[in-house]
Amino acid sequence: MITSDPLSPAPGARVRPVHDEFHGDLLEVSMGPHHPSTHGVFRMMVTLDGETVVRLKPVFGYLHRNHEKLGENTTYLGSMPYTDRLDYLCSMTNNWAYALAVEKLAGQAVPERAEYLRVILAELTRLLNHTCLAGFLLQDCGASGTPLMYAFREREKILDLFESLSGSRMMCNYQRFGGCRVDPPPAWLEAAGRLVDGYGAFLDEYEALLTGNEILMARTQGVGRLSADLAVSAGVTGPMLRAAGVAYDIRKVDAYGIYPRFDFRVPLGDHGDTYDRYMIRVLEMRESIKILQRALHEIPAGPIMDPKAKLRGFRPKPGEAYGRIEGPKGEIGFYLISDGGPNPCRYRVRAPSFVNLTILEDLCLGHTVADAVIILGSIDIVLGEVDR
Amino acid sequence: METPEQIRDRLLARFPGAGVAVVANPSPAAQHSLALDAAHAREIAAWLRDDAELRLDYCSNVTGVDRPDREVVETITTAVPDPAGGPARAAEQKIKRTQPGCLEVVYHLYSMARRHGPVIIRLRTGNRTDQVALPSLTPVWRSCEFQEREVFDLFGVVFEGHPDLRRILMWDGFTGHPMRKDYVEPDDYEWEPTPHDKILAKAKKHYPTEPAAPGGAAEGAQP
Amino acid sequence: MLGSGLIKGLAVTAKNLAGSFHDPARFVTTEYPEVKTRLPENYRNFPFLVSENADDPMGTLRCVACQICEKECPPQCIYIEKSKDKKPDAAGKMQLYPAVFDIDISVCMSCQICVEVCPFDAIKMDQVFEIATPDRFQPLLLDRHQLAKPNGYFHEIHPTEAAEVDARLAAERKAAEEKARAAAAAKAAAPSAPATGTAAAPKPAPAPTPGPAAPGGGSAGTPKPPPAT
Repeated sequence: MITSDPLSPAPGARVRPVHDEFHGDLLEVSMGPHHPSTHGVFRMMVTLDGETVVRLKPVFGYLHRNHEKLGENTTYLGSMPYTDRLDYLCSMTNNWAYALAVEKLAGQAVPERAEYLRVILAELTRLLNHTCLAGFLLQDCGASGTPLMYAFREREKILDLFESLSGSRMMCNYQRFGGCRVDPPPAWLEAAGRLVDGYGAFLDEYEALLTGNEILMARTQGVGRLSADLAVSAGVTGPMLRAAGVAYDIRKVDAYGIYPRFDFRVPLGDHGDTYDRYMIRVLEMRESIKILQRALHEIPAGPIMDPKAKLRGFRPKPGEAYGRIEGPKGEIGFYLISDGGPNPCRYRVRAPSFVNLTILEDLCLGHTVADAVIILGSIDIVLGEVDR
Repeated sequence: METPEQIRDRLLARFPGAGVAVVANPSPAAQHSLALDAAHAREIAAWLRDDAELRLDYCSNVTGVDRPDREVVETITTAVPDPAGGPARAAEQKIKRTQPGCLEVVYHLYSMARRHGPVIIRLRTGNRTDQVALPSLTPVWRSCEFQEREVFDLFGVVFEGHPDLRRILMWDGFTGHPMRKDYVEPDDYEWEPTPHDKILAKAKKHYPTEPAAPGGAAEGAQP
Repeated sequence: MLGSGLIKGLAVTAKNLAGSFHDPARFVTTEYPEVKTRLPENYRNFPFLVSENADDPMGTLRCVACQICEKECPPQCIYIEKSKDKKPDAAGKMQLYPAVFDIDISVCMSCQICVEVCPFDAIKMDQVFEIATPDRFQPLLLDRHQLAKPNGYFHEIHPTEAAEVDARLAAERKAAEEKARAAAAAKAAAPSAPATGTAAAPKPAPAPTPGPAAPGGGSAGTPKPPPAT
């Protein structure tokens, strides 16, 4: 049983001082795990004073699939398809984070064309993730379906690109240790170029639908403010951190891959509320389009795999490594400990959604239940990586 | 950014009695870590966070590692004098001893203010059975809250000072710590139509008689 | 003006609604299953075994039961039992073949690692997805008869990949034949050398030739490569 009493308000919650027969008691509502707006099998035990949230305890683990223990019993290569299924919307970036960690562990180099491909696919993934988020956030606000379907219509084009390159829309299993699996033909690069060139027009139309919309602004501005100090202390990363005003983007800080070659800005928010988190993602999509146009233009010819890389019998020397990238949701990192065998001795996934959920209660206190749904939507969680 | 050796020296100067050691990392990543003793861990963590040079205000990753007990064979060579008065012979003796294991918690720290990192610190418990308590670093970095709960849930490390230490991924009534190397899953067998190798060995205990073929009679599968 | 954002949004919705009647970019659904979409060539879903000849699928499987795919499969959905005897393969070499080759497609996650690690191009990714069954156990365990499909089918679904595989295998076979012919020529030339030392002549015909004279045809001369498809 939960040891802390759910019906007692959280410290810092403002509860009305009088609880008499007219106003009634605190009410505990269990939202989820089967709930259309909790972005997966996610449960929130919400204690309400009227409609105001005075306590919120997230409960998850419904999608726990024991991924880290499976990693200890599978070879390094065999874990790559499982990483697709962590953040199942963004398989290309999960693959890259894992490949980066293994390449750090084994000291492998990656050819230049593969680095360009990784950047192209990661930015395409960022586009599709942020598009999904904009659609789902509006769905949570109650705009039943229209913005979501426009977003998904655009996302389908990116998924078609992934399917024609790697064979699968979402479970791509594309990155390998030392490079990429499939070399795209020039036709694919042209199709990607056409998609990216048209994406700006889609974003303009989508913003015309949403950004100035009075209902959206009234529902999201001032809701779920996150201060910069709390964000840094709570380990929040990704667009949520930048919406709070902290300029920390791992693409700039760690300068991994070939990101230093690209000139892109990192948008920052002023207020840290839900509207800022939505706008940051839209602005990041525009920056991603710039990166993509340059990368597609400059991608060199050449090999896509390190010639010394082995598929079978891959046994990195004993040691450990932590590799991280700026995924669309935040910092996704893999910590691997090798004991010289074919399987890792410890395989740990640092999932951004898991850590970003730490401050869910802090953000929701004082707001209504409907706002709690929107705040959860703006954190952008995927249960596959929260629970692993 | 400073090397782990420099950080260790500054820490020992600031906290004279603390146990701080550099653990080398032989892989090409060369991410060396600092092993801290449990008694001073929280004040060292607070110092790392607030120090003007380091400003490690962001704890990125908290990992539990299970180091099981290991059998170590040691060879002892003794000199046996020759009774006839000649030169002494060397006699070898092999002794087997069990090196006790421990549970280890590894923290990856970065600095958002100074944009450097990682500084990796490790805390080790006394053993894997009764001395499994470690100080919680949640009062220093709030991001440890859920991650330490996960280490408690899956490994069994008890974090003293954690505001809300309970299971997070497994359900509340669960017993055992699944990520330990010696964890045996309960024998709640579900009929498996196509078992082979290890799963077949486990399934055989539950088959009523010797099955005719893998998947045998599909008596449970009639619509 | 209050409400201008809403009106702009409504204009976007109206544009999409009107556009869906005449603009294919606005109306993106297809009436499946009456209308089927065209899948890209690289699309993959569940593996299949390649046999060279459609008339004798079991006899001309490229698979030699090396069990590499079984070991590398992450969810361990492949089960292989080697045969006790050997059969000649397409190049005429005597190879084992799989007596049992089962894939449990309720476990398979179509990651295609088995395809990547197969040294013989024997297992490739299929594109079937309309294979639902009412019984969730036995019909989802595919044995080698259900998995074996001819090389012609492989050409239909993945033409570029199949052409590349065929070209590579033909080149390898040709190289092996050249080597065999060179070794046979060297052997034939050896007795004509003067038998001074023990080195050259009395070599007891080791027959390292990979048995190209062996296959069921019984032809005495150099074998012809088997007909494609």
